[in-house]
Amino acid sequence: MRNAITVCFRLKIDTLPKKNQTLSLKVVVSRSFADFTPQATFDIKKCDLHRLEEGPPLKAELTRDQGLQYYRTMQTVRRMELKADQLYKQKIIRGFCHLYDGQEACAAGIEASINPTDHLITAYRAHGYTYTRGVSIKEILAELTGRKGGVAKGKGGSMHMYAPHFYGGNGIVGAQVPLGAGIALACQYQGNNQLCVTLYGDGAANQGQLFESFNMAALWKLPCIFICENNKYGMGTSVERASASIDYYKRGDFIPGIRVDGMDVLCVREATKFAADHCRSGKGPIVMELQTYRYHGHSMSDPGVSYRTREEIQEVRTKSDPISMLKERMLSNNMASVEEFKEIDVDIRKQVEEAAQFATSDPEPPLEDLCNHIFYNNPPLEVRGTNPWSKLKSVS
Amino acid sequence: IQAQFNVTVRDALNQAMDEELERDERVFLLGEEVAQYDGAYKVSRGLWKKYGDKRIIDTPISEMGFAGIAVGAAMAGLRPICEFMTFNFSMQAIDQVINSAAKTCYMSAGLQAVPIVFRGPNGASAGVAAQHSQCFAAWYAHCPGLKVVSPWNSEDAKGLLKSSIRDDNPVVFLENELLYGVPFEMSEEAQSKDFTIPIGKAKVERAGSHITLVSHSRYVGHCLDAAAVLAKEGIECEVINLRTIRPMDVESIEASVMKTNHLVTVEGGWPQFGVGAEICARIMEGSAFNYLDSPVTRVTGVDIPMPYAKILEDHSLPQIKDIIFSVKKTLNV
Repeated sequence: MRNAITVCFRLKIDTLPKKNQTLSLKVVVSRSFADFTPQATFDIKKCDLHRLEEGPPLKAELTRDQGLQYYRTMQTVRRMELKADQLYKQKIIRGFCHLYDGQEACAAGIEASINPTDHLITAYRAHGYTYTRGVSIKEILAELTGRKGGVAKGKGGSMHMYAPHFYGGNGIVGAQVPLGAGIALACQYQGNNQLCVTLYGDGAANQGQLFESFNMAALWKLPCIFICENNKYGMGTSVERASASIDYYKRGDFIPGIRVDGMDVLCVREATKFAADHCRSGKGPIVMELQTYRYHGHSMSDPGVSYRTREEIQEVRTKSDPISMLKERMLSNNMASVEEFKEIDVDIRKQVEEAAQFATSDPEPPLEDLCNHIFYNNPPLEVRGTNPWSKLKSVS
Repeated sequence: IQAQFNVTVRDALNQAMDEELERDERVFLLGEEVAQYDGAYKVSRGLWKKYGDKRIIDTPISEMGFAGIAVGAAMAGLRPICEFMTFNFSMQAIDQVINSAAKTCYMSAGLQAVPIVFRGPNGASAGVAAQHSQCFAAWYAHCPGLKVVSPWNSEDAKGLLKSSIRDDNPVVFLENELLYGVPFEMSEEAQSKDFTIPIGKAKVERAGSHITLVSHSRYVGHCLDAAAVLAKEGIECEVINLRTIRPMDVESIEASVMKTNHLVTVEGGWPQFGVGAEICARIMEGSAFNYLDSPVTRVTGVDIPMPYAKILEDHSLPQIKDIIFSVKKTLNV
């Protein structure tokens, strides 16, 4: 089906007579679906390989729909995190808040390559994954603001959000890695062809429990993709100051590894697909290092400029921003229009605004909920309050 | 008449695991030497031969790693039994027990359950010295989100382990190495595959009217022995076997104290911030306080790291004569 192309003239406003300059000009270009390139192939960076003969492909196919979807996902995470920044500065969010802006291609690329029935676990920089694993912006922001409408009813906060096949959100650096290997064990045990994506950072990469997990995962051939999101700094310590070897994709030693450009959503997607195939074919675990970057400091209490320069941050923003990169790729291949992206942006802004509205107006959890959920599937029990006369009730 | 069988605690634990492995295919056992070695203390003897590699898993010496793996498996739908060769080694993994297992149901507002049992020998053994003799009852019982169970005899061991495995929450199951080889009578009821003992309920092992003795694990036996000696002198002790440390059955202790007016707690662990200390605090805060004719007495392990030489070790732990002495002091006789 072909629709007629309608084109409007775009007038330069200062060429209009004065009385018309107050008019607001709307440029409307409606083009049919058939005018855009439906699919294109892009060159992606070659991944460094460890103990692998072959790696992920050097080209990635992207359909228009996929591209718009990845864009939407990444932009949503970006805007959601920036909103969290705002709410934190207004003291509506308190405690810990570790923001993910800059790293969106990792979460989006991984989710694009695994199934919803696969499993994922990460550390505390978790809001992006909470979203990609299916929790609404509303429930995420309301959890950050500690309201009863939050995904954990306000009981967990930033680092403790959960969803089906998503195991948080974990506060203790590195502890999530054995957990992830255990989830992979369950997949193997149950014979369901599922796998577990287990994420950790460059800081956590030096935790002993990781190496214990690598050993057992390799020994038992667990279907576990260990992914190191290397954003170059563990809190304020650069990778060079923390690790004798900064080749995190090699740290699995006897486990094969891939080093991936984590700012390119297509690169992440192809690498994760490759890794998933590896695991599902019974070859055992694999390590992936995603080279990425965080724009914010370690957390909201870290300005993020005492251990790195503003120039460095700015350079990444201009040259390697994951969202810009995808957008430019699609535009230069005529896969979508500037206006379409703008529309998506407007829509996301609206959604995030609504979610923030909810997150600031929803009530805090009721005091009756204080002692609930200590146990699962348990008869009610009495819990001691702050003094002997305070006898509180706990239900499951 | 009910047939009485003599079953060692080791065999009772073995039966419990065997029955639960058979009953629910999600149950599995992992730990050091649990499979091909038949268990460091032979508690899992025969299970690997029966159930194979998938359900009985030998792990490398990586407590933090395999405890975390066990917790992750529990989160993803399995029901692991994670064995620590002794609870001393659980210290390497304690973050996984507390932060990953115990707190998760609460932090997730009930979205994420962790049905796991951590089991193994706890407390002093014989001649194993300081690093291998610590009692962890107080440390684990301090934490909300955990259930802490401490069986004494074979019926306790079997019934409580089965309940622990069937519980959808993290349970720390504290065994005692010196009890593994001790045979106890087990009723026919206890032989049934559905025999369970509820977590959180104490048992009165011996009725008495003059004084209440409360204990857990091995020292329940010591209390009963002391009670037998005291009975000859006309002092009748009521002996309560806690069975569960957390949640503690304070009501049973209170009911007994309201009858006897005197209380002595007996434990192998250190005195400070211990099980006995908690019992004292709870009695003071509750209705039984006004029934006490004298302050509560705690009989505990000596406040030192465990020495090696036999004479020193013997004097580091409560002996029957210490219990008898404490009873008489409490009764002022």
